[in-house]
Amino acid sequence: MKRLVCALLIFAGIGVPASRVEAAVLDQVKTKGFLQCGVSQGIPGFSAPDDKGNWTGLDVDLCRAIAAAIFNDPTKVKFSPLSAKDRFTALQSGEIDVLSRNTTWTLSRDTSLGLNFTGVIYYDGQGFMVRQDKKVNSALELSSASVCTQTGTTTELNVADFFRSRKMKYEIIAFATADETVKAYDSGRCDVFTTDVSQLNAEKLKLAKPADHIILPEIISKEPLGPVVRQGDEQWFDIVKWTLYAMINAEEMGVTSKNVAEMTKSPNPEIKRLLGTEGKFGEALGLPNDWAVRIVKHIGNYGEIFDRNVGAGSKLGIDRGLNRLWSKGGLQYAPPIR
Amino acid sequence: MTGSDRAYIRTRLAANEPPPTRAGPFHAIVQGLFSGPLNIAFTLFSIVAIAFAALPVVRFLIVDAVWQGMDASACQGAGGACWPFVQAKFGQFIYGTYPEALRWRPDLVFVLGALLLAPLLAPAAPLKRINALLFFGIYPIVAFVLLTGGNLDLRHFLIGRLTAWNIFGSATTAGLSWNFWSDYVATAFLVAVLVEVGAALLGARARKASFTALFVFAAVGAVVLAADLDFGLEPVETRSWGGLMVTLVVAITGIVASLPLGILLALGRRSEMPLVRLASVIFIEFWRGVPLITVLFFATYMLPLFLPSGVSVDGLLRVLIGVALFSAAYMAEVVRGGLQAIPKSQYEAAEALGLGYWQTMSFVVLPQALTIVIPGIVGNFIGLFKDTTLVLIVAIFDLLGQLRAAFADPAWASPVTLYTGFAFAGIIYFVFCYGMSRYALSLERRAAVAGGR
Repeated sequence: MKRLVCALLIFAGIGVPASRVEAAVLDQVKTKGFLQCGVSQGIPGFSAPDDKGNWTGLDVDLCRAIAAAIFNDPTKVKFSPLSAKDRFTALQSGEIDVLSRNTTWTLSRDTSLGLNFTGVIYYDGQGFMVRQDKKVNSALELSSASVCTQTGTTTELNVADFFRSRKMKYEIIAFATADETVKAYDSGRCDVFTTDVSQLNAEKLKLAKPADHIILPEIISKEPLGPVVRQGDEQWFDIVKWTLYAMINAEEMGVTSKNVAEMTKSPNPEIKRLLGTEGKFGEALGLPNDWAVRIVKHIGNYGEIFDRNVGAGSKLGIDRGLNRLWSKGGLQYAPPIR
Repeated sequence: MTGSDRAYIRTRLAANEPPPTRAGPFHAIVQGLFSGPLNIAFTLFSIVAIAFAALPVVRFLIVDAVWQGMDASACQGAGGACWPFVQAKFGQFIYGTYPEALRWRPDLVFVLGALLLAPLLAPAAPLKRINALLFFGIYPIVAFVLLTGGNLDLRHFLIGRLTAWNIFGSATTAGLSWNFWSDYVATAFLVAVLVEVGAALLGARARKASFTALFVFAAVGAVVLAADLDFGLEPVETRSWGGLMVTLVVAITGIVASLPLGILLALGRRSEMPLVRLASVIFIEFWRGVPLITVLFFATYMLPLFLPSGVSVDGLLRVLIGVALFSAAYMAEVVRGGLQAIPKSQYEAAEALGLGYWQTMSFVVLPQALTIVIPGIVGNFIGLFKDTTLVLIVAIFDLLGQLRAAFADPAWASPVTLYTGFAFAGIIYFVFCYGMSRYALSLERRAAVAGGR
């Protein structure tokens, strides 16, 4: 084995072609025959392997939607599970084509990394979970509480900001992983458990008696999560951006994976433009004109993927909240296709 | 000597007593566990302590455990392990995301490994030499081809990178690129000629040196050729490897590579050639001074920054090399301890018989030295086996990594999922480590019987 490893080291260095031609990402993806998508190593509802090892989740479905738009086949995706630390490196180095990994859009990430956020697939925010028998109804009543959280995350800083600015006493008990944190909270080491609300809902399932705990209404931070691409390829940026917009627009117009075939006959000009029976909007993106039909047919509209992965139709059962369509009091708003 | 110094002096012979009549297991138990008040107290205390530790474990793993179910709802509110979770994720724990249709390939590698290893470990089995050759020489290549699918798709060797060597275009035969292999053969002869000329200038035996160079090229070439052939196997990237498979690949590569490397380094450190000694000392102290996590991090995230753009080394391969070098340094120190324990007279006796350095080492010193340090070597192996979990940090999913990913599946989110998963992993690790240590014990006993020490 030693000899083999040495030989491989030499040949890996020497045998690989020296130069990689920087082609447009869409062309690269078409040549490869699949999309390489960066996801998490396991975040419930967003990206996690199921019993068969297939990746499922909201972030995963976005990648499948892009593949569906390009290949008319949502299975032509390969997933790279990435840790929070090396997700940006993997995208910058070209190892993955798109990063769809529960990533918060911030100014510094958008500007200094050579990357672009293409939109917001999920509006998250940090919240608190407490035991029901504590008789607490608002985060403002949490004075002198002990708070369980994960070390080295922004959640810890957000908690500090929240309590200090209100001159409330608190005690932080921090753990290395989410699993340890939730076990500590469940065993009564602390009064409050804090992380992003989507994760609070997911971790709640791991508690001994989930019904005995409530999530307080206060949201103390903004965590807009979205897909990321490399800078310098506007066409690819547009494709990823409009894949999400197509799903949001489809929900707004009532186009679902079930009725999309009938909807192509709809006289409504907005729907006709979305589904490519009028105009050449797909071609403008470098895709076929029925790109949105492919997305909705294989994956569904935004409401469907939300419901299936994190919403009422899933184990997590998270309320749509901020992620409702703009027309229903939420923030999800897609520019028109025209 | 005065009388006051004498504590007790026996003046008469003790009367001869009859041999103990009571024997057998019952007597042994009474004698061993209940021979006196102190012994009885210890025995009772131990029984209570074991009961306190073992009963909850048995209750959790067996009595209160849930054995059947489709998802976490079966385990909600259960007081014991949630075995359906392990059942559902079993494939992932063993193979990671290796394509299901192709899992016969790792299976075949496991079976072949076991078939070759068992007779190698059993003292009574015949044909040790052929067996060892198969296991250490042929098996790694077969395993490599089966797991990755082979067909490395090599295109350029040295000359091709330095010049525009492109005689055959992209012509290939059975997955072998004509360009690469013509380049390889040309390079081999070029190097051989250079070696011959250089050796002639230095006054050494030129023909022998050049033949050695050619031999090395041929040996390496044969290995690479086997790995480069297209056997029609579908390629599987190491990214989709995972679970116990990765744990075993990393551990076994580390174990198999570290022993010979470590022996060479230990010999180098005790060598009388100052440069060899210095190089060995620097190598050993460098790798022992750096934590394994740092090595893995460096190999995964820093190395790509130093390589020319477009050149990438497979992520798993980087980790394998890091682990092998790291464990070799530790192995070297263990072996050196054995070498130092051999008395000087052994070396002198070997010299007196007219044995050269390598003969002395391989026939006289190393067999004794290695026997002494078996406990240390096995300790290293076990440590290495458990250290493989650190590869999770560089985004390679070993057994523990797959476990953590499985915890994130909302379909299996329950209060006992975490404990069940870790219990399962613990059992697997225990089986492997305990097996290694038992085998090492039997090896020691055999060496002692064979007249070692």
